[in-house]
Amino acid sequence: MYVSESRGSTPAAASRSAARGLPRPGRRSAVASTVLALGAVSLITDISSEMVTAVLPLYLVTGLGLSPLGFGLLDGVYNGFSALVRLVGGHLADRGGRHKQVAAFGYGLSALCKPLLLAAHTLPLIGAVLAADRTGKGLRTAPRDALISLSSPPQGRGRAFGVHRAMDTTGALLGPLVAFLILRQAADGYDAVFTVSFCVAMVGVLVLLLFVPSRAREAAAPGDGAERPSLRAAVALLGRRELRGLALCAVALGLATVSDSFVYLMLQRRLGVPDRWFALLPLGTAAAFLLLAVPLGRWADRVGRWRVFVGGHVALLLAYGLLLAHLRAGVLPYAVLALHGTFYAATDGVLMAAAAGSVPAALRSSGLALVQTGQAAARFCCSIAFGAAWTAFGDRSALAGAAVALLASVALSIRLRPAEAV
Amino acid sequence: MSVRDRLLVLLAGVLVLATVAGVAVWRAAERADRKNQVQAGGPAVHAGTVSLAGSGGRRIVFRSMAWGPHRDELASVPAADPEGSRTASGVKCLRFYAAAGTGICLQAERGPVNDTYRALVLDAGLHTTRRVDLAGIPTRARVSPSGHLVAWTVFVGGDSYAGTNFSTRTSILDTRTGVLQPTLEDYTVTRDGKRLRAADLNFWGVTFADDTHFYATAATGGHTYLIRGDVTAKTAVTLRTNVECPSLSPDGTRIAFKKRVPGLSPDAPWRLYVLDLATLRDHPTAETRNVDDQAVWLDDQTLAYSLPGDYGSDLYTTPATPTGTPHLLTPSALSPSWLG
Repeated sequence: MYVSESRGSTPAAASRSAARGLPRPGRRSAVASTVLALGAVSLITDISSEMVTAVLPLYLVTGLGLSPLGFGLLDGVYNGFSALVRLVGGHLADRGGRHKQVAAFGYGLSALCKPLLLAAHTLPLIGAVLAADRTGKGLRTAPRDALISLSSPPQGRGRAFGVHRAMDTTGALLGPLVAFLILRQAADGYDAVFTVSFCVAMVGVLVLLLFVPSRAREAAAPGDGAERPSLRAAVALLGRRELRGLALCAVALGLATVSDSFVYLMLQRRLGVPDRWFALLPLGTAAAFLLLAVPLGRWADRVGRWRVFVGGHVALLLAYGLLLAHLRAGVLPYAVLALHGTFYAATDGVLMAAAAGSVPAALRSSGLALVQTGQAAARFCCSIAFGAAWTAFGDRSALAGAAVALLASVALSIRLRPAEAV
Repeated sequence: MSVRDRLLVLLAGVLVLATVAGVAVWRAAERADRKNQVQAGGPAVHAGTVSLAGSGGRRIVFRSMAWGPHRDELASVPAADPEGSRTASGVKCLRFYAAAGTGICLQAERGPVNDTYRALVLDAGLHTTRRVDLAGIPTRARVSPSGHLVAWTVFVGGDSYAGTNFSTRTSILDTRTGVLQPTLEDYTVTRDGKRLRAADLNFWGVTFADDTHFYATAATGGHTYLIRGDVTAKTAVTLRTNVECPSLSPDGTRIAFKKRVPGLSPDAPWRLYVLDLATLRDHPTAETRNVDDQAVWLDDQTLAYSLPGDYGSDLYTTPATPTGTPHLLTPSALSPSWLG
């Protein structure tokens, strides 16, 4: 499988596997060609988007001479909107089995935002373009994850999501490199970075259109006839015991999941990570995520996704513990980042793999969107509460509170234990 | 479509997109190269010695942004002839300030992949006496009137997808003892007698009164505050709202700052104002354009600040009163200090 994965990391290779036709669920050696194609699309798209993310502060401050402070004020408002968009994307994709079309629209919208950055020279306009970009991301996520789950055999979903997330993260790590290489060739060449980012994103859209089969309709065919993909049916999904339990636990755990930027801030304040390393901290998380996504996905297939998902939160709890401990050993920051990456590897794709088993194929996209939105909304609430607790009691007490909440949520999740789908 | 056809379509698409991308990078590289050639009609620049010492006549030392081999180097011109030929030092800085023979230079360092940033403390001969690695992109730099304390602010960028969360980090360094206060977030800040403690507390734009006291901007919960800080006690109190990038007048009675004036377009929200510290009342200056800079006082009546120009930014001066007219001081220049 490692062979097929590395071959899948280029569009041409993905297409070669796609060439052999639709997935063969019986074969355990190969990841479905659709998953590889979607992985390639995500990899390419992440290169494109992370190129922009990496140079944006530099562009705003040195390229445009703007002060980007206070820019993040609308983030909160937008996060709520983004959650709605995700639900809409999920629902639209289920109606008529248009997963590919909705995903393509989402990827296309984000791609078109890149050249718009060239025209936007003020903070409000740039903010609007970034909001449109994230709308594209919100729209495409659920249909894409639905396609991954629909094209993988149930017993191999954890691995399929692991492969996809590993490819996705690879793109995220490559993007900044590409951007900085361009700036090496052309000092202040932000316009070149945005143009290349657009071209890369368009390649991603092309790969999606050409090599991802639009076969969700087949999956929604007989057997699922009772589940008409209506809005009511999507909401009624929460009536299913399994999915309700899963969503409930994801929300409870999400309510105790401190956002990445707080984790990095705490790393710096509590463990004394030097200033110049600050920008590199997210890379540490990403590296661990990349390395562990596939092994933990496979492990989840074997021992149960729910177990691995909850186990991932135990890793996060350990990271909180290290941040709270009065230790200053040199390896601690590495350990925290490794645990943080492990948390993502054990939860991000694994939750989707677990949820896929509790949602009928015809409503897969809506169901996954529901769980994702619940989790994202819970994490957003946690951010607000954490910020408020920080203001009122200081950073250490805020984190201690989050740790207690996480411990309670893990205990609740172990007790509730929604039935394992597979 | 057969697989072969799809591959051909992909190949054709990739070729077209690669060409567009290649042309974009090539054009940007050409443009970057042009900046290394002297621009016609631009300021004259020659290599020479720049000193930050008190002797040597009244002069302006600044970052020269004029195109050519000395672009972004510290340069000096006589204060009486700001548009005269510039003496370039060979020391490159993004942001700079100097007082009493001490300079602070925030510069980029070319790494294997991306640029990193560092703060250099310079002596009167522009030799580095201290070097501090920075966490983000330089934006503000100041030196206390005695030359003993230096301060700087950097932007630390957003790390999430299409994220827009930026924060600042402001540090103060005592050049006599070498003690670095890495971030003002370690200070005890009080607002209306109550301690202010928030994860979103940011500081920027220090301006020194003496070797103990300074003013700066603090922001939290969407509001900006003028704070008065004490370096020794590591405390600060908020004085009033809506004051950014303060700059204390030489006589210590007024603060020039950028004010977010209500009703202006969000594209250009700031105007240059002056605050009377005794009454805490402010009034506009003669400059009516959007100013996003930490102004510098030439004397007790005049302010200098930068505005975006055709070649980087241009320096302007204005009376610190509502009446009068702003003047272009010199084009393609940033971060000025009046010395001597």
